[in-house]
Amino acid sequence: MLKLIASRLATAIPSLIGVVIVTFLLTRVLPGDTAAYFAGPAATPQAIAEIRAKLGLDKPLPVQFVDYVSALAKGDLGTSLSTGQSVAHEITTRLPASAELTLSGLILALVIAVPFGIAAAVKQGSWIDHACRIITTAGVSLPVFFTGLLLVYLFYFRLGWAPAPLGRLDVFFSAPETVTGFYLIDSLIALDGETFRAALAQLVVPALTLAIFALAPIARITRASMLQVLASEFVRTARAAGLTSRTVIITYAFRNAMLPVVTTLGMVFSFLLGANVLVEKVFAWPGIGSYAVEALITSDFAPVQGFVLAMAILYVALNLIIDLAYGIIDPRARSEA
Amino acid sequence: MNRREFLTSASATAAAAGATVAAPAVFSPAKAQARAETLLIVSESGPNNLDIHGVGTNVPGYEASWNCYDRLITHPMKDVNGTPYYDRDKFEGELAEDMSIGDMSVTFKLKKDATFQDGTPVTAKDVKWSLDRAVSVGGFPTFQMKAGSLEKPEQFVVVDDRTVRVDFIRKDRLTIPDLAVIVPCVINSELVKKNATAQDPWGLEYTKQNTVGSGAYKVTKWTPGTEVIFERFENWKGGPLPKIKRVIWRMVPSAGNRRALLERGDADISYDLPNKDFAELKGNSKLNIISTPYSNGVQYIGMNVTKPPFDNPKVRQAVAYALPYDKIMEAVLFGLANPMFGAPADYQTQVKWPQPTKYKTDIAKAKALLADAGYPNGFETTLSFDLGFAGINEPLCVLVQESLGQIGIKTTINKIPGANWRTELNKKELPLFTNVFSGWLDYPEYFFFWCYHGSNSVFNTMSYQSAAMDQFIDGARAAAANGDKAAYDTDVKGMVDLAFADVPRVPLFQPYVNVAMQKNVTGYEYWFHRRLDYRALQKG
Repeated sequence: MLKLIASRLATAIPSLIGVVIVTFLLTRVLPGDTAAYFAGPAATPQAIAEIRAKLGLDKPLPVQFVDYVSALAKGDLGTSLSTGQSVAHEITTRLPASAELTLSGLILALVIAVPFGIAAAVKQGSWIDHACRIITTAGVSLPVFFTGLLLVYLFYFRLGWAPAPLGRLDVFFSAPETVTGFYLIDSLIALDGETFRAALAQLVVPALTLAIFALAPIARITRASMLQVLASEFVRTARAAGLTSRTVIITYAFRNAMLPVVTTLGMVFSFLLGANVLVEKVFAWPGIGSYAVEALITSDFAPVQGFVLAMAILYVALNLIIDLAYGIIDPRARSEA
Repeated sequence: MNRREFLTSASATAAAAGATVAAPAVFSPAKAQARAETLLIVSESGPNNLDIHGVGTNVPGYEASWNCYDRLITHPMKDVNGTPYYDRDKFEGELAEDMSIGDMSVTFKLKKDATFQDGTPVTAKDVKWSLDRAVSVGGFPTFQMKAGSLEKPEQFVVVDDRTVRVDFIRKDRLTIPDLAVIVPCVINSELVKKNATAQDPWGLEYTKQNTVGSGAYKVTKWTPGTEVIFERFENWKGGPLPKIKRVIWRMVPSAGNRRALLERGDADISYDLPNKDFAELKGNSKLNIISTPYSNGVQYIGMNVTKPPFDNPKVRQAVAYALPYDKIMEAVLFGLANPMFGAPADYQTQVKWPQPTKYKTDIAKAKALLADAGYPNGFETTLSFDLGFAGINEPLCVLVQESLGQIGIKTTINKIPGANWRTELNKKELPLFTNVFSGWLDYPEYFFFWCYHGSNSVFNTMSYQSAAMDQFIDGARAAAANGDKAAYDTDVKGMVDLAFADVPRVPLFQPYVNVAMQKNVTGYEYWFHRRLDYRALQKG
C-alpha cells in the first residue's frame, strides 16, 4: 500500500513541475498589462513604470521565474493585487468554501442519482428508466447559472423559503471558529446550533443547483455499468442459485458496478470544484473558482498561478484516493497496481 | 459586537423589561434591533486595499478611505434637484477648525480635541507626514496631488503642534480643492511607523489591511471579495456623529441578485445596478432611486487624429453627424444620462463643462462631408471598447457600427478586456473607440488639460495637438489662478468651441451614477468621487 502511494506520488512530481512552468509562462503571455491596470484610471506612463518596478515586472523573464520558484520553495505563493491578500491565505480560506459546497452538491447528487441509476437499470425500459433519461438530459443541458438564478428566483424571491443569496452565512451571523474551514463541521464543533442552521440554510439552494448538474453523469454511469454487470454470468448464477433479488442487486451487482461510478465521481468532483464559478457568482459564494476568474480578468498573476498549482495538487491527491478506493472495492485492482 | 454579545445584551434588555418570552423569540427582536442600526450595502465588487495611497488601490477602495479617514477640509452640501450635492466652491473644516489663505500659502489650525481611533491626538506632525506620504509614494496619489500643484514634502510645514502651513509652489486655483479630495487623508503616523519596515518605509503593507485614521468609521473586518464591515468611531470630531452604527458591505456579483435583494427588502442600498434595472425600478414605489449626472464626466467617441482617415476634420465631422444619438439614449441608457448633443442652432456656448454640441444624426450631411473629404465610398476601420463596461459599451458600439455603415464606414468591433484597455489606450493606436473620462475636480480647464492639451496625457486618447487649443487651456489656467474672470470666460468658450469644431472626440452623453435604496434609508449625498458617504446616511 505504502509502495503504491509512493510510486503514485513520484509520477506526479514531473507533472507538478510542468504545471509550475506552464502557468508561469502562460500568465506572462496574457495580453493584459498588470501595471497599467493597477496604476488606476489617472495613471501617467511614469506612474505605470513605478508600479511595474514595484511588482518586479520590469525584470527579464528568467529572473522573474527564479524569483517565483525560490519564493514557492518557501511556501510563498505571492500576493494578489486585486484583493491585496497573500495567495496562500486566500486559497486556504476559499478552498474549504468551494469544497463544502461541492461536496454537499455531490453527496446530494449521489443520494439521488445512484438509486435512480440502479432502478433504471433493473427496470430497463420502464417509466423509471425514461424518467431517469429525461431528468439527466435536462440536468446536463441546463447551464448552472440558469438553474441557479431560477432557483433563487423561485425559492428566495417568489416563495421566500430560502435565505438571501449572500454567500456562506447571513450577514448577522459571524463565522464559527475555523477548524476545518467547513462551516457545517466547525459550527458543530463549536456546538453552535444557530450558526449550523444558518450555514445549512445558505448551502441548500447552491448545493441543489450543483446537484442538478452533477446528477446526470452519475446516474447515467450507474445505469450503464449496472446494465453491463446485470447481464454478466455471475449475476445469472446468483439468480439461478435462488438468492433474493435484493442480495443479487445490492451485494453482488452493485459492488461490481461501483468502479466506473467512483471514477466518474472523482472526475465530477474535481471538475465542479474548479468550474463552479458560475454558481459561486450567482450565490456570492466566496469560493476559489470565482477568485481565479477575477484574477484572470485583472491580469493578476499570483492568484492564477496559485490556483492552477492548488488544483494540480488536488487532482493528484484525488486520483490517489480513487486509486486506493479501487483497491478496497475490487481486490483485483490492488494486484494490478 | 458579535452575535453572542448582542444575544446576551438583548436577553438582558428583554429580562429588564420584564418580558417573559422564550429564548428563540428573543432572537428576532434582537436581530431587528441590530438591523435598524446596521446598513447592508450590496455592490458588484469590493476594495483591494483600504488605503488610497496603496499600490493599485481600486475604486471601491476609495470608499473605504473616504469613510475611515479625515481630511483637513471638505465640502459642504448644497441642494441640486432635491439631492444633496457637494458644493464645489465652498469648504469647511474636517480636521481643521480654521483655514486662512494667504498669497502664497494656506494655514490650517487643527481641531483641539480630534483624536485618532486609537485615542492618540491628531497633531500637525501627523498631517505633515500624511501629506509627505501622498506626494512621495508615487503612482496615483502622487499624480493626484500634482494636479493641485502639491509636489514636494517641503511644501508642508509644521508651525506648531496644532498648526500646519501648506506653501504654494505656484499660483493654482486647484490647490485648495485638491486638499479636499480623497488622497490627502490624515493618517496616524506613529502607529504606521511602528509597523513600517525598511523596504516599506511608508507602511503601505500595514495600512492596506488596517484603517488607522481619525475618521467616522473603522474597518473591523475585511474579507476581500466577500465583505467589509465598518463600525462607527464614537469620538469622531470631523462632524456630527453618524446615525448608522455599523455598515456591512457585501459583494454580490450577480446584478439580478442585487436587484432581488433590494426588492425583497434584505439589502438597504445597491450601488451599481445596470441602467435597465434602474429604469424599471423607477416605477417601483417601494424603493428610492437617485440618479445624478457624473460631475465633469463625458462618454465619447474618440478618433486617432494622427493617422488617416481621421486626421481629416471633415471625416471626423462626418462621423459626428452619423452617430445614432437618440437610439443610444433610448436603447442603451434607458434615458438615464444627459444628452451631450443636439443643442439648438441658436445655443450660445457657455462657461461650463460638460455642455452639448450642436451635432445630431444627419446621414445626408454626413455622406456629403465624407465625399467632400475624399472618401465617397467610405472606408474600413475598427471600433474598440472596454469590456469592463460592456453593459453600456457593447450595445452602444453595435448601434454606432450600424449607423456608420449607412455612410459607408465599415467597422469591425474590437472588444478589449478591462485589464488590457489602459495599455491599449496608452499606445494611442486605436483608430476609433468609445471611452469615458470624468475628473474629480470639477473645472472645465482641468478636463481640457487632461483630454485635449498638446502635452498629450493618457486621456488625450486622440493624440490631439493644436497650438490654439493649448493657448486657450493655458490661458484659462493662468486666468483662474489670477482671478481674471473676463479672460477666463473667453478662454473656456474658446476651447469648447474649438473642441466642437475640430471634433477629435464626439461627446455622447454625461453618464448618471445610480443608487437604489429602501424607502427608510435617507441622507444619500452625491460626491465628486461618486462613492457612498456613510456618515450622512440614516435609517428608519
